[in-house]
Amino acid sequence: MTAPPAEAPAAPPPDVDDPLAGAPHERQPGVAGALREVALGLIGPLLAILTALIVGALIIVFTDPTTLEAWGSFFSAPGTALADSWDLIATSYRALFDSSLGSQRALARTLVQSTPLILVGLSVALAFKAGMFNIGGAGQLIVGAMAAAWIGITFDLPQVVHLPLALVAGVIGGAVWGGIVGFLKARTGAHEVITSIMLNFVALRLLDYALSTDTFRRPGRSDPISPEMPASVRLPEPIDSFRVHLGFLLALLVAWGAWWLLQRTTIGFRMRAVGANPHAARYAGMGVAATTVLSMGIAGGLAGLGGTTILLGSTPRLTGGFFASVGFDAIALALLGRASPIGVVGAGLLFGALQAGSTGMQAQTSTPIDIIFVIQALIILFVAAPAIVRTVWRVKETRLGAGQRFSAGWGAQ
Amino acid sequence: MRVELRGITKRFPGVVANEDVNLVVEPGQVHALLGENGAGKSTLMNVLFGLYRQTEGEVLLDGVPTSFSSPADAIDAGIGMVHQHFMLVPVFTVAENVMLGVEPTSAPGVLDRDAARRRVLELSARHGLDVDPDAMVEDLPVGVQQRVEILKALYREADCLILDEPTAVLTPSEIDDMLGIIRRLADEGRSVIFISHKLREVRAIADTITILRRGRVVDTTTPDESDEQELATAMVGRDVQLVVDRSAASPTDVVLQVSDLRVRDERDQLAVADVSFDVRAGEIVAIAGVQGNGQSELVSAIVGLRRPTAGRVELDGADVTGANPARMVELGVAHVPEDRQRDGLISSFPVSDNLVLNLTGRSPYSRGIRMDRRAIRENAERLVQDFDIRTSSIDAAVGTLSGGNQQKVIVGREMSHTERLLVLSQPTRGLDVGSIQYIHHRIVEARDQGLAVLLNSSELDEVLALADRVIVMYRGGVIGEVSGDEATRDSVGMLMAGARA
Repeated sequence: MTAPPAEAPAAPPPDVDDPLAGAPHERQPGVAGALREVALGLIGPLLAILTALIVGALIIVFTDPTTLEAWGSFFSAPGTALADSWDLIATSYRALFDSSLGSQRALARTLVQSTPLILVGLSVALAFKAGMFNIGGAGQLIVGAMAAAWIGITFDLPQVVHLPLALVAGVIGGAVWGGIVGFLKARTGAHEVITSIMLNFVALRLLDYALSTDTFRRPGRSDPISPEMPASVRLPEPIDSFRVHLGFLLALLVAWGAWWLLQRTTIGFRMRAVGANPHAARYAGMGVAATTVLSMGIAGGLAGLGGTTILLGSTPRLTGGFFASVGFDAIALALLGRASPIGVVGAGLLFGALQAGSTGMQAQTSTPIDIIFVIQALIILFVAAPAIVRTVWRVKETRLGAGQRFSAGWGAQ
Repeated sequence: MRVELRGITKRFPGVVANEDVNLVVEPGQVHALLGENGAGKSTLMNVLFGLYRQTEGEVLLDGVPTSFSSPADAIDAGIGMVHQHFMLVPVFTVAENVMLGVEPTSAPGVLDRDAARRRVLELSARHGLDVDPDAMVEDLPVGVQQRVEILKALYREADCLILDEPTAVLTPSEIDDMLGIIRRLADEGRSVIFISHKLREVRAIADTITILRRGRVVDTTTPDESDEQELATAMVGRDVQLVVDRSAASPTDVVLQVSDLRVRDERDQLAVADVSFDVRAGEIVAIAGVQGNGQSELVSAIVGLRRPTAGRVELDGADVTGANPARMVELGVAHVPEDRQRDGLISSFPVSDNLVLNLTGRSPYSRGIRMDRRAIRENAERLVQDFDIRTSSIDAAVGTLSGGNQQKVIVGREMSHTERLLVLSQPTRGLDVGSIQYIHHRIVEARDQGLAVLLNSSELDEVLALADRVIVMYRGGVIGEVSGDEATRDSVGMLMAGARA
């Protein structure tokens, strides 16, 4: 009795006709309404990013030995401490900016870096719309990349056939890996978080094993590295001076496709219905089990494609542990992008830029590369716990919250 | 405790939920707060219980102006509230739930369960609540869970009890018990505020009735001074007909034939035992019965949500036993589910999508896998108009609509596609008089258009108002059938209680 009803204080008066009439978060039809929604939806993530950059700046200052020394003599020379700190932050963030967006080469690096992040992020977002938390992006992208690598190594075909074949193989590999999770959930009720985490380990070991076989190992070598992918499966870079491969364009197309699937097709409607309310979906005659398997299959396929773009793009060799971290970054950026395809593209670009810029930052200043991961983590923290950002920036509650719903959905079914 | 609300006004951005409300609840009295959904009853009580702070006006307890900043303050002051949706921990026992938040301890940090148990036993004996302190809450029927909520309030020594629609979830016999309990609580000197929109109950239990409409007090009266018709008119603000206007049925062909149906429930208990009946085109057949006598399982087996273990379901002479819900929709069967929030709607989806929830796979709403947004929007515009669904827009999330309008969304959707059989489960549960009247009218209209209508309702008034034939279920079987003309509260009520006619 001491606990008030959860919905009562936060919700608008439940006892009033049309409580949302004219409320700021009411959906409006048309382009203007859509833009308004997007703008309102951006406030939370943008404030989270800003807050993370500020906290990140403080961490940069207080982990730098020289600057710390200056702070040690703050009372004798307060100007020096402040100036040193400012200098450090400015040069670090300037270097970060320069090496991610400051030049054509830097921009290209950012776009290439963000390609798999977007694709695997879409995988997490799509599964989430269907009511599932896909922690298995890492495993799915590895299995996808393995399937693509096998096509690349085994066959000798002209590029017009070989490249599409490798991409399709990557999608299928990931789809199978994701589909297993969906199947186990639909058949036995096994929670997808558990099974997809476990399948990550299986995929990692499978990769280790594959790299010990003659099929995947370089001829005559014993170290676990595959041969380089042949040119006929490599993603081409259409513009000579701008080193971005076709995978980036593909990722944008796939993002649009994911939006179209979710919002404009009966399949997507079913996926969202099952995700939002499986009881109602069953009542409405939708096959809940089939939709679950299909959703995880599609999600796995997207992650598999993400892994394949790494293999056929920037890093044309399979190695142990192959970019598994992308699978986890993807969870974070799907959260930042509020599980919407357009949001995932934005978040993917941001993470891509941070990661592309981090090496330059470390090279040009003494600021270590790890600070980028701290900033990434902080962004996610602030998105997941909007109350913090709300308090710091004094923003109204209704404008933030979707992120919390996402992270609060963890295992909630 | 004497509770007085003086000039209470509560404004939310854009809406006035309560305006200048005056209310006095005397000790030893049951004060009924009557009003439609959206009239401002719950807001007013949330002000009294400290969940909301009033914009203007004051709360006086025994003549002393008081202000609460949280429910904890209100509880300390002796106010207890039983919410419509229970606030219980399902996996805790009754005693654990009751002591939650004010746990007695034998040493610091050590729970004194025995003390709590004793207190629960003592309280439940004193007030005739009859609750086992060691029972797990999740195992208890809804009616008993509600008593646990009341126990919680009594355990905290509430002098003023607020009961928010306490009978909405109860069966007819449970309602009688509950009214008895409420009377007793008042006789012991407590003040009781009874929120409801059910006129008969209000007249049966209340000493004073305050009627709210659009956030204002429109009348304060007593049961002796006003009959149900007057109360309904005051509540709705216009003349309402409590009796459904309908002509005699002219049934034709058999549409639904159920023979020797057996259905098991989730716990694999036999819930429906060898039930046979038919429904003809142009008639309304009601399944009456105290809730939990197999009606829900029977209906879900008919519409394809549950597979019967034996027996047949035939539609227009064709065997459809065990067909899935999608197939039944194709065959012209519509179903208004019992639990609209859970089964009937996806609350985060817009009104327009909910109006085609089970129809997206068919023309004109989709071609191939591609949905036709325009057809969906046109359908929504039409149904919102036809069924008088009050929503700010067809793009508003359906969860933002009031309960009555949510139900109209479901009824509108189902009536838009049904061609042969309309199955309705508890179609007006928890709705206000205006919406009930409207939905009843549409049901009779559907019958007159030649549909076969199967109505599953535990609301006796509804059964009597609508049915051309009444089938009464008791313990999974059909205990009797009464024609609509002969059905009375007594005849059907006796059968519901298990007495053969």
